[in-house]
Formats: sequence, C-alpha cells, structure tokens
Amino acid sequence: MLGVIATAIGIVLSFVIKWFPVQASTQAHNTDRLYHVLVIASVPIFVLVTTVVLYSVWQFRMKSGEELKDGPPIHGNTRLEVFWTAIPTVLLLGLVGYSFVILHDNEKKPAREIDVGVTGQQFVWTYQYPRSITGGATLNSYQLYVPEGESVEFNIRSKDVIHAFWVPAFRIQEDAVPGITTHWRATPDRIGSYPVVCNLLCGVGHSLMRSTIHVVTQARFKAWIASQTRGATTTASAGPASAGTSG
Amino acid sequence: MAARLRAPGFYRAGLYMVFALLFTTALTWIVRMSTGHGTFRHYIDANAILTVALLAVPLAFLIGIGGFDYWFYWASGRPTRPEDHSGHGAYSWKDYFRINTDHKVIGIQYLVNSFFFLLVGGLIAMLMRAQLAQPGSHFVDANTFNGLFSVHATLLIFLFMVPVFAGIGNFVIPLMIGAPDMAFPRLNALSFWLLPVAGLIMLGSFFAPGGAFADGWTAYAPLSVNAPIGQTFFSVGIQFAGASSIMTALNFLVTIITMRAPGMSFFRMPLLVWANFATSLLVVIATPFIAASQFFVLLDRALGFNFFNANAGGDVLMYQHVFWFYSHPAVYIMILPGFGIVSEVIAVKARKPIFGYRMMAFSLLAIVALGFTVWAHHMFTSGMAAWIRIPMAITTSIIAVPTGIKIFSWLATLWRGVLHLDTPMLFALGFITTFTLGGISGIMLAMVPFDIHVSATYFIVAHIHYVLFGGSLMTIFAGVYYWFPKMTGRMYDERLGKWHFWSTFVFLNLTFAPMHILGLEGMPRRVSTYASQFAGLNLFISIASFGLGLTTLVFLYNIVTSWRGGPRAVSNPWRGMTLEWQVSSPPPVFNFDRVPTVVGGPYEYGVPGAVHGIFTPTPAPAGAGVAGAPSH
Repeated sequence: MLGVIATAIGIVLSFVIKWFPVQASTQAHNTDRLYHVLVIASVPIFVLVTTVVLYSVWQFRMKSGEELKDGPPIHGNTRLEVFWTAIPTVLLLGLVGYSFVILHDNEKKPAREIDVGVTGQQFVWTYQYPRSITGGATLNSYQLYVPEGESVEFNIRSKDVIHAFWVPAFRIQEDAVPGITTHWRATPDRIGSYPVVCNLLCGVGHSLMRSTIHVVTQARFKAWIASQTRGATTTASAGPASAGTSG
Repeated sequence: MAARLRAPGFYRAGLYMVFALLFTTALTWIVRMSTGHGTFRHYIDANAILTVALLAVPLAFLIGIGGFDYWFYWASGRPTRPEDHSGHGAYSWKDYFRINTDHKVIGIQYLVNSFFFLLVGGLIAMLMRAQLAQPGSHFVDANTFNGLFSVHATLLIFLFMVPVFAGIGNFVIPLMIGAPDMAFPRLNALSFWLLPVAGLIMLGSFFAPGGAFADGWTAYAPLSVNAPIGQTFFSVGIQFAGASSIMTALNFLVTIITMRAPGMSFFRMPLLVWANFATSLLVVIATPFIAASQFFVLLDRALGFNFFNANAGGDVLMYQHVFWFYSHPAVYIMILPGFGIVSEVIAVKARKPIFGYRMMAFSLLAIVALGFTVWAHHMFTSGMAAWIRIPMAITTSIIAVPTGIKIFSWLATLWRGVLHLDTPMLFALGFITTFTLGGISGIMLAMVPFDIHVSATYFIVAHIHYVLFGGSLMTIFAGVYYWFPKMTGRMYDERLGKWHFWSTFVFLNLTFAPMHILGLEGMPRRVSTYASQFAGLNLFISIASFGLGLTTLVFLYNIVTSWRGGPRAVSNPWRGMTLEWQVSSPPPVFNFDRVPTVVGGPYEYGVPGAVHGIFTPTPAPAGAGVAGAPSH
C-alpha cells in the first residue's frame, strides 16, 4: 500500500519536475516522451526495491533475545525466480523496442531537407551553407541560422581532434570525427536562439567551445543568407568578431 | 652497505633505478645518433629519455626489490633458494614494505595501497568541486582542471576500484576455499608491487612538463596522441596496473579451480568465490585490450605510427572500440566482486541461506558473457556505423536481467530473516538502494534516443557515480568492516561505523542525485566552467561533496584506532559458516592447521545441524550446528 502511494507520488513528481531545457525540435518532443515513459517504468521498480528493504528492516530486524536465532531455511522458489527473470525481460525488451520506434522517427529522412555543414576545430565551430541554399558561392560562417519547420541535416566534420556537436534544445548530438563525416538531422519547431555545445573533451579550451543556433522564420532565414552572401563573389566568411554577437 | 645493495630491497631497487636511467639515456642517445642528424636535431632529448625511462625505471625497481629473484635464479641455472617460508606472515609494519608471499599480507598491502589512492583520488575530486563551485572561477586553470579529472578517474578506477577487490579477494578467498595460500605466491607478490608503481607513475604526471595527462581516463585519440608528455605517463601506467590485474586474475582462477578443499564442489563455494571467479575471467580476457589501446597511442606518440592519424589513413574510431572492449567489462570487474561481498554479508546478517544460490552463480556467468557484447553503447554518438546501436542497445537492456535477479534474490534473502543491522549490513542495504538507482539510470542510457541527448553529460557522471560510489564503494566498505576482525584480530567501533554509513549515504545522494538534472538540462561533463543557469545546483553539489569527503575521516579514524587498540576479536564474531570464520582472527600463518573437509553449502543458516566444513581428523565439536564450528 505504502509502495503504491510512493509510486504514485514518484510518477506525479516526474511530471512536475522540469527536467529538460526548452523543446525546440520535433525530435525533442519524442525524446522527452521516451524519457517520461522510462521514468514511469522505473519508479515502481525503485519503489518496490526500497520498500522491501525498509519493510524488512522494520519488520525483521533482530529483537532483543533473538541474538542466536536464525531465519527459516528458505533456499529458493523456482516459480518466483522464473517470474522475476521473465517480467523484467519482457519489460526491458518492450522499452528498448519503443526506443527504436522513437529512434526511427527521429532519424527518418523527410522528403525535403536542407544540408548544413558543421566543422569543429579547437575551439570553434564553423558552419557551411551549400550553393543550393545560398544560390551562389558556398557560405562559411561562424553563425548558425536555420529555418523553422524544415528538416536540417547537419554534416559534421572535424579538422583536428574529436568534438561533439550538441544542441541540447534539440536533444541530439553526434561526434565530429577527423577523417569521416557524421550526420544528424532535426526539424526545428520553435523560434529562438539556443546553445550549441561541444560535448567531447577536445583540449584546454573545451569548456569554452560554444556557439549559438538561431531558429528563425523562413523569411528571416532567406534574408540572413542574402545578407551574408551580398557583395561576396567568392566564399563569404563572417569574421571572428561577428561570431556570437547577433542574437 | 654492499650487502644491502646486493640483497633484495629498497636499497638495491634504488641502485637499479639509477642504472636504468643511465641505460635509458645511453640507449636513446645511441638510437638517435645512429639514425642520423637529418632525423633528430639533438641526440639527447628529454621526452625520448622520459618515455623509455617510464618503462625501464619501474621494471628496475621491481627487479631490485626482489620481485623476479626466484625466477632469475631458476632461469640462469643457479640453485634456487628452497622455500623456507620466511616470506610468510608479517611481524612488524616493515614486513609490509618488502616482497612478501603470504596472501594475507598481500591482501592487506593491496587494501592499504588502494585506500591511499582512494584518499588521493577523493582529494582531487574536492579540488575539482572547488573549481566548479562557481561558473568562471579561477581556482585552477583549464589545463590543470583537465588533468585533475583525468587523474581522479584513472586513480580511482585502476588504483582503487579494481585492486581493492583483488585485495579483499586475496585475503579472503584462499581462506574461504580452504587453501593454505594462493596458487602462485611469488606472482601474487609481484602483482601487488606493480600497483604502487603504476600509481606513482600516474601521480608523477603532475610534475611532467605540460602538466598531467588531461584527456580524461578515456584518453581518446587523436587528442591523446598530440598531448604533452604527461599523456605517456598514462599510457605506461596503464600497462603496469593492467599487468597486475591480469596476474592476479590468473592467480585467482588457478587457485579457485585447483586448490579448493576436499568436498568443496563449485556449488558449495561461497558466492564471493564465484564472483571473483567470474571477475577473473573478465579481467583475463578483457585487460589485454586496454593494454593494446595504450600501446597504439604510445607508438603513435613516440614513433609516429599513425594508427589514429586520419590524414595518413589512421582510424580514429578504432581506438574507441578497442578501449571500450576492455572498459565496459571493466565496470563489471568493478562490481561483480562487490556482488559477492554483499551476498556474504546479507546471508550472515539476515541469518538465512542466500535465496536462489544457483541462479546467483549463473547470473554472474551470464553477466560475464553478456559483458562482452555491450561495449559500443559507450559510442552511440561516436559516428560509428548506425546499425551497431540496435544490437548493442538490446544486449545492454538484457544484461540488466541477471543484475535484477541478484537484487531480487537479496531482497528475498532479507524476507523473514533475523536482520542484524550493524555496519556491514547497513552498507549492504544502502548498496541495494543506491545501486538500483544507478542500474535504472543505466537502463535509461541503453535507450538510444535518450542516450543521444545525455551522452557525455552530467547525467553520465551521476550514473557512473551511483554505480561506482553508491554501488562498488558501498560494498567495499561493507566488506572491509565485515572482514576487519578477521584481518586485524580486532573489532572496529560499531558506533563510528554507523555514523560513517549514515553520513556517507546522505552526502552521496546529495552530491550525485542533482547531477542527473544538470545533465538533462544540458551541462556537459569535463568542463572547468559552465553557463550561469547551472550555478545554483553546482554550488549545492560542491558543498555536499565536501561533506562527503569529510565522512571519509570518520572511516579512517575508526580503522586506524581500532587496528591499533580495538578490542580483540573472537574467531567468529558474526557466527558465519564459511571457512574463514572457522580459524583464529587473524588466521594462522598457513591458514589451516588441519585441512578442512567441506560437507555442505556455505549458507545453511537455520538448517538444524548443518555445517559447511569440518576439520579432520578431529570432528567438529558438538553443537556446531547453528553457527558453524569455531575451531580455535
């Protein structure tokens, strides 16, 4: 009974607590839903274990006069053991199956998407917009703008050591690995500016390897691309001074 | 003096180390000179000398102190000294500072050495928390900070967690299986002395030019390939710690397989023996992989092999696969012996047989087998082939099943028992709750989309500390208190022990629980500064962690004063049935004056008239039934 109450309180708490940063991509909604399912499945198990421990301590602790007493010689119970092997197996396979559904949804390639290059180097991120977006030369920028409501595939590279390109508001990261190109995609669905974090130790400046992703309307995105490419016949490049200044 | 320099010991070790340094300098000079001016600007190069010296000087120390004497005599055809057992037993503190072949002495050496590095690693953690108390603080600079968390993790994994269990096992296992010693006592002595060597190499890196190794205990290439010379200390130190692990594991396997007392079938072995058997299998199979990973890095660093240089055809991800093929089984190496300890403590303190003994043993073996199939769950965001995530997520989920069986079996063992709630039991019960939490967060991390968000964040830091601190360390404390009377012949202070438990339990949760939230909210690990939104929780964690650090003082005070002047312990203070409790505390030099014969299971509490072992020719005294028979 106590266990049921504690479970209920735990699950309610799990919805009250604000665990995550804002959700700024469709993937974030999925991942957060997965997290809540996991918490709902976990709370009863933790409560069960703790309750049995506390109940045993309360009920079966040695009372005075029992110093030489032993418990009943119970060696096991096959049905119980099969039960607590089978139930967790089914539960775990169910959860991991559900996580694959979410994974599939999160990584599904949509009909239309834009590609943005991401390059990590000690200790700065740069972003490359292909001709298909700029309409002219490729754009290499310290700033990252993406349009709202359109799937973006990030093609991630590294010039030196391993970094990790992480946007907590999107709930996605992937390492930038020298020698290969890695990818992840997200569909931003909330206008705003969110941190981009390097999440793999890359040297002495790792803590400061930060950037910002700006999710803007389609119109503003086009305007920003135009402003970056205007007057630049070759590869345009925003100077370091402009990195992170606009918001 | 000349005699001292010839006899094995610290004087000879010092002399040989000087020789090794001279040899190293000469060797690098000759090699550099012979390969010509064009390649090397200088014949004498500090980094080259240091790299070779890191291998040669520790070996010279080990030879000098006498770790190889017997084998050298044998190999060179000289008469070996017949074993006169002068290397057995410890009669003064000095006996702990020489090559000693007594498993009980080696066990204590292991434990004291491990706890020394626990204190050092813990102090380093305090320095890190001081830096992290506020965002943007300048308590230490970024490079030093990176060095601090790298050395913190390395010391606590390779110089505390792994060897401390080997220490407990070393002391207890021969006693538990009714053997006079380990199978290979000289190998046992050598495997201990490799550890302080490895530890001093790791700590010595703080004095290296460019600072300590600062790429995390994972030392991912290519960052570690291009790091300052401090990184070499890690690559080489791992070799010594790993060699020690492998030697001890082999020793455990042979001891357990061949030296069990008559009647001790595998299914009459106490679960700690089972646990060390399983762990040793993991160690022997997995440890060569981390040795390889660090040799790759060493060859890349010292000789430009380009294993991990992508521009020259190197494969960066391969490092991670090889590294985690050891380092995931390593987390089971760091918890399975703890499972064994908890099984011993709970059976004795609940006065009941372990519920489902055979399933407990089989689940250990299941973890060994599954433990080798999950390594890439550390690499869900590494850029490896996407499909690998699917099978690895499934195996990672499934490996929770045998662990769950163990937890449920312990709970069932508690049920209707007669619970003696003293310090070892409190730590065992505390372990069940905190480890369950760490296990649950582990299952969450097996879920790929969730892991993609929190991988390498403070959520991981919280998870690993719940598993290793809330899990392994709790079992270690339980084990140290439980066998303290047997090891020292003295009782610890029960009141201080309870204080130690409660303060540790409270502060560990206050310290590590909030880290889950930090990680979910987006705080990466391994950063010396962070966004101001995380300031409140970090300050809270720092304060709690200082409290957690202070609790260790209670433990230290209790252990030191009890060891020096605690009340004398009887041979079987807990009324345990396993064999180690049937001999005096501390045990005789050769463990058993009479060879025990095992006639029943190890946990037959509550079974009228049951005994685990009897001592021939004298049968066990009458009335031994309930508690087993103290024979001395």
